Amino acid sequence: MQVLSNTVNNYLVLASILFAIGVMGVLVRRNIIIIFMSIELMLNAINLLLVAFSVFHNDASGQVFVFFIMAVAAAEVTVGLAILVMIYRNTGSVDINSLNKLKW
Amino acid sequence: MLQLAWLIPVLPLIGFLIIGLANKKLPKAVVGFVGCGSILGSFAIVLTLLTEVLNGTIQSETLTYFNWISAGSLDIKLSFLIDPLSVTMMTIITGVGFLIHLYSAGYMSHDEGFARYFAYLNLFVFSMLILVMGSNFLVLFAGWEGVGLCSYLLIGFWFKNNDYNNAAKKAFIMNRIGDLGFLLGMLLIIVTFGSLEYSAVFEQAQTIFKPGVAQPVLIAITLLLFLGATGKSAQIPLYTWLPDAMAGPTPVSALIHAATMVTAGIYMIVRSNVLFSLAPFTLEVIEIIGLTTALFAATIGLVQNDIKKVLAYSTVSQLGYMFFALGMGAYSTAIFHVATHAFFKALLFLGAGSVIHAMSGEQDIRSMGGLWKKLPITFATFIIGTVAIAGIPPFAGFFSKDEILAHAYEHSPILWALGVLGALMTTFYMFRLVFLTFFGSFRGTEHQKSHLHESPLIMTIPLMVLAVLSIIGGFVGVPEVLGGHNFLKSFLSPIIAPINQHTGHALSHSTELMLMGISVGAVLLVIIIAAIVYISKKAVPSPEGSDLSAPHKVLYNKYYIDEIYRTLVVKPLYWLGDIFYKVFEIRIIDNFVNAWGKGVDRGSAGLRFLQNGSISFYMFAMVIGIILILFFNTIIKL
Repeated sequence: MQVLSNTVNNYLVLASILFAIGVMGVLVRRNIIIIFMSIELMLNAINLLLVAFSVFHNDASGQVFVFFIMAVAAAEVTVGLAILVMIYRNTGSVDINSLNKLKW
Repeated sequence: MLQLAWLIPVLPLIGFLIIGLANKKLPKAVVGFVGCGSILGSFAIVLTLLTEVLNGTIQSETLTYFNWISAGSLDIKLSFLIDPLSVTMMTIITGVGFLIHLYSAGYMSHDEGFARYFAYLNLFVFSMLILVMGSNFLVLFAGWEGVGLCSYLLIGFWFKNNDYNNAAKKAFIMNRIGDLGFLLGMLLIIVTFGSLEYSAVFEQAQTIFKPGVAQPVLIAITLLLFLGATGKSAQIPLYTWLPDAMAGPTPVSALIHAATMVTAGIYMIVRSNVLFSLAPFTLEVIEIIGLTTALFAATIGLVQNDIKKVLAYSTVSQLGYMFFALGMGAYSTAIFHVATHAFFKALLFLGAGSVIHAMSGEQDIRSMGGLWKKLPITFATFIIGTVAIAGIPPFAGFFSKDEILAHAYEHSPILWALGVLGALMTTFYMFRLVFLTFFGSFRGTEHQKSHLHESPLIMTIPLMVLAVLSIIGGFVGVPEVLGGHNFLKSFLSPIIAPINQHTGHALSHSTELMLMGISVGAVLLVIIIAAIVYISKKAVPSPEGSDLSAPHKVLYNKYYIDEIYRTLVVKPLYWLGDIFYKVFEIRIIDNFVNAWGKGVDRGSAGLRFLQNGSISFYMFAMVIGIILILFFNTIIKL
């Protein structure tokens, strides 16, 4: 148990680092594609946590849940990329700051 | 036919709905057909009911349709009462109403609001029937308000004229004052008797209260009800709306402001005669107010120059006579006068309408004259109406007015003398009107002269029918002294309180005959005087703005009552409203509401810079927000 809990700690640290990288990516980068990738990174950090806890608690439902998330994420990526293509076609750029018309 | 009684008010209601909803989509012929047909249908049912009441098949039937209001021990039903009184009123309303509808189809044929007019008129007949058919005070009140609304709508029918709108508002507001009294009276009845049903209230009143003992509650109830009646039936102090109500189309004046609606107050008092008979004080008040109104309005009528204004003051005066009769406890006499007055005053108004129609809208009798050649039927029928109102036997007005005067003599010869004085003034101003309008030479413009024409048949037929009724209408109440047995009085006796029944004619036949002789002789004398002044001497009232003698001026300006009301009531209310407007509305309410608006405006002016359009900023804010939520979550858990 001691060994296993150490291993989980490692997974937690890794997932936190990945999540933090994703957050920083979203906040710092201006390329929409990069922001999009950062969001995916955050999502996968969470997936990693789910799998790790699933093994730790010896409960398979966590892993089943991850499959669902991946399926939904795949659909979300499709829609997201389609929107991205439309943004590029309309503004001629993938800079997030080109979408600043909707304000007071 | 009792099972069809519900159709009597419903038919005009259906007519109102059809015409009102379709409005201008229906051709005028269809509108006229539906409008008149619905009233004719009701009239037919009323007639069958009348025969059944006359031959005794129906004595007093209450038809209950459904529970209207149930609250605690109070139970108010929507129910109709079919008895001699309601049937008499229904006959007048639907009969005269139908004739006036028919006349209107001709009179209003060139008006673009033809359909709207008939819709209102049908709605009015519906409300009026509800008023007289209801078997409790609340149903009566519903009809009471309904006729008030229709009166308002029809006075202001030509709503593009602001004066007409003001007249409509005046009528409505003055009626509201009376209605408040009526409403309070009804509430007091509920408190005292626990019911609004006529039968229950009257039965209890007769057992609880003994005649001859002062009953403050009963006096309060009856005075409040009478206040309602003064509003609706144009008595002092609330009469000033009726002359202004002449702004409406002339058939409306005939139907609403002469024949039916304004008699609602009289109907209501006759209906609750049990209560009134137990409150002699109220009866005295009614008697004084009725007689005062009768004389007061008659004096104003003497000098008016507008053909409809003369008739309007005459109506106020005749209504005063009816209240005078009520005040003396002569309830059936009042209803008798209501009936005969409905015939001859509707006739006079419709005749006046025919004259106005021929004169292309001119209403000033100073511009008329010599019309009898051009308008022979109108002239003949108008003369009949005038003779009837003057009270010359055997025309309708003679019998009813004589009955009132006989009752007055019974009470005191002074009252009788005052009553006769009023009758003489009535005769004078009516014959003045006739002589100035129909005799002498024409005084209008050439254009009007070339336009003069007799009205079409659809308008003259109602005139002729009403003329016949004005001649024979009095025969339902021929007094014993003239060989009759006063049919109407015995017909209505079941609804009159027992304590009133003994007031038969205490006068000996010779006295009565002598009184009749004096009043008829005096009336004839007055006619001759009027003829000398207005035919032989060709006197014409002086034009607008000329110098009048002081009493003449006071009369011409209607005793300045409108001006007095304006100074005493309207101006202080305006002044009060102004204060409320300037202090409460602008300073307090407006400032309070505006402060909220300004606060939100200022706050948002600062906050809106947060919405700067930069997605990065939003995401940053979101992350900060999540971190804060997590942070506080942890703190709370600690």
